[in-house]
Amino acid sequence: MSGLAHPIGLSIREGTKVYPGTVALKAVDFDLRMGAVNVLVGENGAGKSTMMKVIAGVEQLSSGRVEMDGREVRFHSTDEAERHGIGIVFQELNLFPNLTVAENIFMAHEKTRLGVDIDAEAQRAETRALMRRLEHDIDPDTLVGDLKVGQQQIVEIAKSLSRDARILILDEPTSALSNAEVEILFRVIEELKAEGVGIVYISHRLEELIRVGDYITVLRDGVITGAQSMEGVDIAWIVRNMIGESSKDFAKEIEHPFGEEALRVENMRLADSGGGFAVDGVSLSLRQGEILGIYGLMGAGRTELLEAIIGRYHHVTGDVWVHGEKMGKPRVADRIAKGLALIPEDRKHDGLVQILSIRENMTLSSVEAFTQGFHMDLRGERSRVAEFVKRMVIKIASPENPVSALSGGNQQKVVISKALMTGPRVLLMDEPSRGIDIGAKAEVFRVMRQLAAEGLGIVFVTSDLEEVLSLSDRIIVMSNGRITGEFSKEEVTETKLVTASAVGHAPDRAERETA
Amino acid sequence: MTDTTASAAAPQAGPNNTLLLLLKARTFIALILVFVFFSIFAPNFLSTANMVIMSKHVALNAFLAIGMTFVIVSGGIDLSVGSIVGLCGMVAGYLLLNGIDIGLGWSVQFNTLEICLIVALVGIAIGAMNAFLVTKLNVAPFIATLGTLYIARGAAMLSSEGETFPNLTGNTEYGSHTYRMIGSGDFLGIPISIWMLIAVGLLAAYIAKRTPLGRFIYAVGGNERAAGLSGVKVTRVKYFVYMFSGFCAALVGIIISSQLVAAHPATGDTFELNAIAAAVLGGTSMSGGRGKIGGTIVGAFVIGVLSDGLVMMGVSAFWQTVIKGIVIIAAVVIDQAQQKVQAKVALQAQAAVGK
Repeated sequence: MSGLAHPIGLSIREGTKVYPGTVALKAVDFDLRMGAVNVLVGENGAGKSTMMKVIAGVEQLSSGRVEMDGREVRFHSTDEAERHGIGIVFQELNLFPNLTVAENIFMAHEKTRLGVDIDAEAQRAETRALMRRLEHDIDPDTLVGDLKVGQQQIVEIAKSLSRDARILILDEPTSALSNAEVEILFRVIEELKAEGVGIVYISHRLEELIRVGDYITVLRDGVITGAQSMEGVDIAWIVRNMIGESSKDFAKEIEHPFGEEALRVENMRLADSGGGFAVDGVSLSLRQGEILGIYGLMGAGRTELLEAIIGRYHHVTGDVWVHGEKMGKPRVADRIAKGLALIPEDRKHDGLVQILSIRENMTLSSVEAFTQGFHMDLRGERSRVAEFVKRMVIKIASPENPVSALSGGNQQKVVISKALMTGPRVLLMDEPSRGIDIGAKAEVFRVMRQLAAEGLGIVFVTSDLEEVLSLSDRIIVMSNGRITGEFSKEEVTETKLVTASAVGHAPDRAERETA
Repeated sequence: MTDTTASAAAPQAGPNNTLLLLLKARTFIALILVFVFFSIFAPNFLSTANMVIMSKHVALNAFLAIGMTFVIVSGGIDLSVGSIVGLCGMVAGYLLLNGIDIGLGWSVQFNTLEICLIVALVGIAIGAMNAFLVTKLNVAPFIATLGTLYIARGAAMLSSEGETFPNLTGNTEYGSHTYRMIGSGDFLGIPISIWMLIAVGLLAAYIAKRTPLGRFIYAVGGNERAAGLSGVKVTRVKYFVYMFSGFCAALVGIIISSQLVAAHPATGDTFELNAIAAAVLGGTSMSGGRGKIGGTIVGAFVIGVLSDGLVMMGVSAFWQTVIKGIVIIAAVVIDQAQQKVQAKVALQAQAAVGK
């Protein structure tokens, strides 16, 4: 694996990308080697996706340059990047569910006669050839919406292959694939490598990275903290570089005893659309004042678990107790009244009504508190809002401004205020630090500690190792909808968490272990 | 704390704030302009008689537009209101003329109040049907209410085989002779229908501003998922808006049949479009979450005054239609500009606080 065998196909020099409010990439130097798998790893928000978006022409660098074959290139659109032979398979699939597999693969690159008439037969034939190569028996005329998520991923990959990509970026390609499908994907990757294609492989599954990668680059907070060939790299090395020496600003623990059981979930199951279970027989218990961390990878069923507890799904089985009281039919309003509150992962779609003011968003869950009969006391509402703005240190010009004008961190504080205004006894927090800057993160963590000390039970979900290790009193690991590990604060290590989160995924070892 | 920061941000935001104020008041400004224009160019425009006639015209559309505003703010649309007007007029006419034959050789007759209540219930029931289709059966609001548009219109035609119920003068014996007063009577010189509009308008504005229900309507229209996860009972909110819209349409059906002293099954055809136009003109966003009852009423007045004024000036009906269309499009274009300026002002103010 010398530099000669794998020539550099593309490089970024001093690449910096600034978004309003945060710097996503800080002067990074990155070399992409051809005929090899370049793995990219880092925690959420470390800048991996941003870097790939720059390469694929979705975003442009704020400063710095991208070079190919020694010349500077600038991609203003994905089309331009594609013309330079760069293909990307996004984490969120970009397919049209209402069109067929063949139509999707040739979207905007249709094979035509005389430039007008689509040659459907040729497209079908080529689709079949691609599918053979990917060892998948998918009919070109199937609607993409009818395929399983794993198959859709294959279609995405076929789409890139059909465009003769010289550089192929795979952003978490295995998050939705089964073990057998992962094996096939790895074979395809080997094949492409042999053809001299440069592959960028982003994943959170560290064992997978070690197996498939030739070169590794680790990102942390927009800075590259490690870049070398895969020789001698192990999980401990990756974790060390991902987390770094300098710790984030975690609030100190406030000593307090735990109280009685605040929340109990028994054998909760939630069917998903694919015939399996998004949440598969999960039981857990939480005491007053305890912070329970749920660690796991994307798609492990963590979000669904929290949403099932708050009562969003009707077709859920299993029981929920809050302070010893059994919850009835799953209805969000009832469960909020019983003392549960959820801070959703997706602020924009689940947490806030963007068009409404900060004040209206904050009090949405707790209007009864200032309502008599059917009359709202707006003055009472304003003073409640002012109180929480002060308590949560939210920086706002006026509570009447639309909530969309706020930065991510302040928006998150509005969502947390909304939950706290209901006077909850158990707080369910889904990725509470996602997409907010370091200062706001520290604020959020401080509030969590404070609330726990006041006797609230907190369940929080995260994919950030450092976060889960420093904040939790106890940690549960989920994978494939099941609990695959439970650790007390004393016994837990990073490696244990990573291993547990890969159960049922890592094709090599986990299979043998469970067998 | 907010006061000091707001004044600190004021210097840069100054011109934008003035612009924003003008944009926000645009429907009102448009109404004043239309008024001034016609009082100069249309003879007798400002006479009391004309004002009374015009306000009666406007009131009909304003009722429907108020109901429509709630539906649109909640993220839906109600195309069935015109047909509900027709059907409710027919129900009122039928009850006045025939009462209800209970099959024992005599029929039950009703007084004015009872008739109004029954008709209102019919309107509310159709609204509930719309809500049932939208919430439980998951039919898109456009399609669900399009369906009830046809069903209600067909039912109205069937009720009389397409004939008009004439001479709805009521009967003193049954206490239904006062039915005519709803359309033709007045109190303190102001028509009864205007008093009703004032009552319904104030009620709707109160609901929108000062009740949890109103708050929830906006939240559901702005982001249904987030509202649901915040504990808002989304289904209930939707039932309310469609039923309220049906209620408003029933009122219009009563008023028209009373004004005309007759009920024709084709009454109310395309009224739903005028109602949507008034709501949009008043600043209601078709994508939900935004709109004001006051704005809608002013919007209804702009449309009403415009068409009556043009008639008085002798402008052809064909041109009136064209002009109405232009006004609606212009309103939406200006609305877009307002949204942009508003977002800018908010962002500037926020930037002044830091982060």
